[in-house]
Amino acid sequence: MENALISTKNLTKIFHLSTGPLGRKKVFVHAVENVNIDIASRETLALVGESGCGKTTLGRLILRLIEPTKGEVLFKGENIFSLDRERMRSLRRDMQIIFQDPYASLDPRMRILDILAEPLKTHNKDMSKREIVERVKELLSVVGLQEFVMSGFPHQFSGGQRQRIGIARALALNPEFIVCDEAVSALDVSIRAQILNLLMDLKERFNLTLLFITHDLSVVSFISDRIGVMYLGKCVEIGPTADIFDHPLHPYTLFLLSAVPIPDPHARDRAKLILEGDIPSPVNVPSGCRFHTRCPYLRDVCVSEEPQMQYIGNRGFACHFPLY
Amino acid sequence: MQDNFLKIRNLRTYFFTRRGVVKAVDGVDIEAKRGKLTALVGESGCGKSVTGLSIMGLIPSPVGKIVEGEILFEDKDLAKLSYKEMADLRGKDISMIFQEPMTSLNPVLTIGHQVGEPLRIHSSLSPEEITERVLSILDLVGIPEPRSRLKSYPHQLSGGMRQRVMIAMAMICGPKLLIADEPTTALDVTIQAQILDLMLELMKKINTSIILITHDLGVVAEVCDEVNVMYAGKIVEKSDVFSIFDNPSHPYTWGLLRSIPRIGKKGKAKKLYTIKGVVPNLLDPPSGCRFADRCDKARDICREEEPPFTTIEEGHFVKCWLFA
Ligand SMILES: Nc1ncnc2c1ncn2[C@@H]1O[C@H](COP(=O)(O)OP(=O)(O)OP(=O)(O)O)[C@@H](O)[C@H]1O
Ligand SMILES: Nc1ncnc2c1ncn2[C@@H]1O[C@H](COP(=O)(O)OP(=O)(O)OP(=O)(O)O)[C@@H](O)[C@H]1O
Ligand code: SF4
Ligand code: SF4
Ligand SMILES: [Mg+2]
Ligand SMILES: [Mg+2]
Repeated sequence: MENALISTKNLTKIFHLSTGPLGRKKVFVHAVENVNIDIASRETLALVGESGCGKTTLGRLILRLIEPTKGEVLFKGENIFSLDRERMRSLRRDMQIIFQDPYASLDPRMRILDILAEPLKTHNKDMSKREIVERVKELLSVVGLQEFVMSGFPHQFSGGQRQRIGIARALALNPEFIVCDEAVSALDVSIRAQILNLLMDLKERFNLTLLFITHDLSVVSFISDRIGVMYLGKCVEIGPTADIFDHPLHPYTLFLLSAVPIPDPHARDRAKLILEGDIPSPVNVPSGCRFHTRCPYLRDVCVSEEPQMQYIGNRGFACHFPLY
Repeated sequence: MQDNFLKIRNLRTYFFTRRGVVKAVDGVDIEAKRGKLTALVGESGCGKSVTGLSIMGLIPSPVGKIVEGEILFEDKDLAKLSYKEMADLRGKDISMIFQEPMTSLNPVLTIGHQVGEPLRIHSSLSPEEITERVLSILDLVGIPEPRSRLKSYPHQLSGGMRQRVMIAMAMICGPKLLIADEPTTALDVTIQAQILDLMLELMKKINTSIILITHDLGVVAEVCDEVNVMYAGKIVEKSDVFSIFDNPSHPYTWGLLRSIPRIGKKGKAKKLYTIKGVVPNLLDPPSGCRFADRCDKARDICREEEPPFTTIEEGHFVKCWLFA
């Protein structure tokens, strides 16, 4: 991709775990393996897939909150894992994260003013107290909160308000790129709509690039330009949102989309594709195509050979027998 | 009205806490028809679980208490039964799948033991006969190789498998009524689709009626026959599933349906509809209509007097002054 803000190159994270008696047995969790994706400047890429498929791990790697087992993350062409401390520190201003759980991600002992002032103080040593308070007021108004919120503590606010505070904190340093990790998943429908609208507004207003991690596919069709579908540590399909919803190419994507409940009882008798079996463990990943234990289109080659990501135009998929 | 074999009338369940009285369920009428799936849908904290626990006689005493109302099940008023009488019904005629899967399966007991427990309490079957029944119900809920699972512990199963085990446990005595509290919320969508399918199948096979508690209108539209929309401790709209989705009439139901993004809708909408504000505090709920602070159509009377239930078409009731 030409205007990629971020590209991952064979990005891989394998966690080592000790189990068994006395922790002598070592197991390897293939959380993310050989992922190559690009995120264009000012786009929203949604990362979807079921629990444990590696979405959060990929997001954390891209922000260098964890170190990879192998591979690179290029931010504006530069591999962030080769940056020294000082350069990484200044890059952190440009890359932020919003978490799922607004309850857990805000320090309960800190006032909202201090929570929002913290990144400002760390990165702008020369900002005066007054400037900081002014900036905090501005941030609160950007996310639709009133000034008095500053003097409160996190527990005094509702889930939706806390998520607005989390968003304000992520915006404090005018980042270019934000990872939203299940940022609306814990919220009620009516509050979720408020926060989604806010994120869309802010994206336009501040020219943000978003990586939107979610397991909720109905949210994706509203917020994202493109979708990356993950299964057991692999990106199996990537492409423009509308195209993928219209016509998925990877069998897993097809089943995933078909499983999403539709809020219209007249649609209940449509032919529903129900996937059998469970997601295999990321410790013992299936050979060949990782989806082969559940795939109805399976043939011999799927078990022996891993399908590589291939592209047709702007559609990417990793399957030997894509659904043209 | 022969087929309304569960009829809840004016149920009020309050919690007497140090901070004051939480009117969690405050004048609720619900009926469940034989062989039907009835939804209780609403946002977090509106009183869905407390309604379910009230039917089961499991409100934690003395903090919580059913202060008023009737729960007519066949020819009995469950709200007036003694602890002993209720214990005889529970797990046999009425059973419940609880919201927290990990807390309702005992981690130190085997699957075989736990699934068989209701039979040990309610039947005089021999241990061999019980094992046979356990094997057949595990098979029915789709646990592969059930015999090898008898000795497994809950943590050795995936989330989807645990949910199947809970369903098996709830169904083993062939209950007339099953209360399923968010049975698929913690599951991935492909697994959710499996479990919903299973519940529909079992409902027919075992001839059970189900009350499904959920916050997901997609799930409601997929599987339910009758719908009760709950808001801040009260039912605000009820009807069969088609009328409620085709003709949502209470401003809350209407707003809720408009604020969910529709999957795969061509041409991304710029904005989602939002319901302003947040749910009221049940310690001190507003008098009159509890939705008034968030309602665009609120008039003076809405804040003064509680709206009555009005029939707007056959079998479709709305609690709102617009229709009174
Ligand atoms: N620090 C860690 N140590 C060991 N294993 C880990 C660690 N972090 C994640 N994993 C494992 O890596 C895999 C991917 O986890 P990850 O959290 O990235 O999934 P996810 O797609 O975000 O799932 P969810 O939708 O549940 O948030 C999982 O099997 C998880 O158990
Ligand atoms: N044991 C308790 N003591 C005090 N208050 C309680 C207790 N249990 C529930 N409540 C209160 O009753 C209200 C209704 O709770 P309930 O659990 O029924 O909500 P819910 O609709 O099931 O929500 P969710 O979707 O989050 O499960 C809430 O305000 C809750 O705080
Ligand atoms: S490669 Fe084979 S097993 Fe994998 S998704 Fe494609 S058809 Fe199915
Ligand atoms: S009674 Fe009044 S405030 Fe309540 S929902 Fe109806 S119009 Fe709105
Ligand atoms: Mg995650
Ligand atoms: Mg609940």
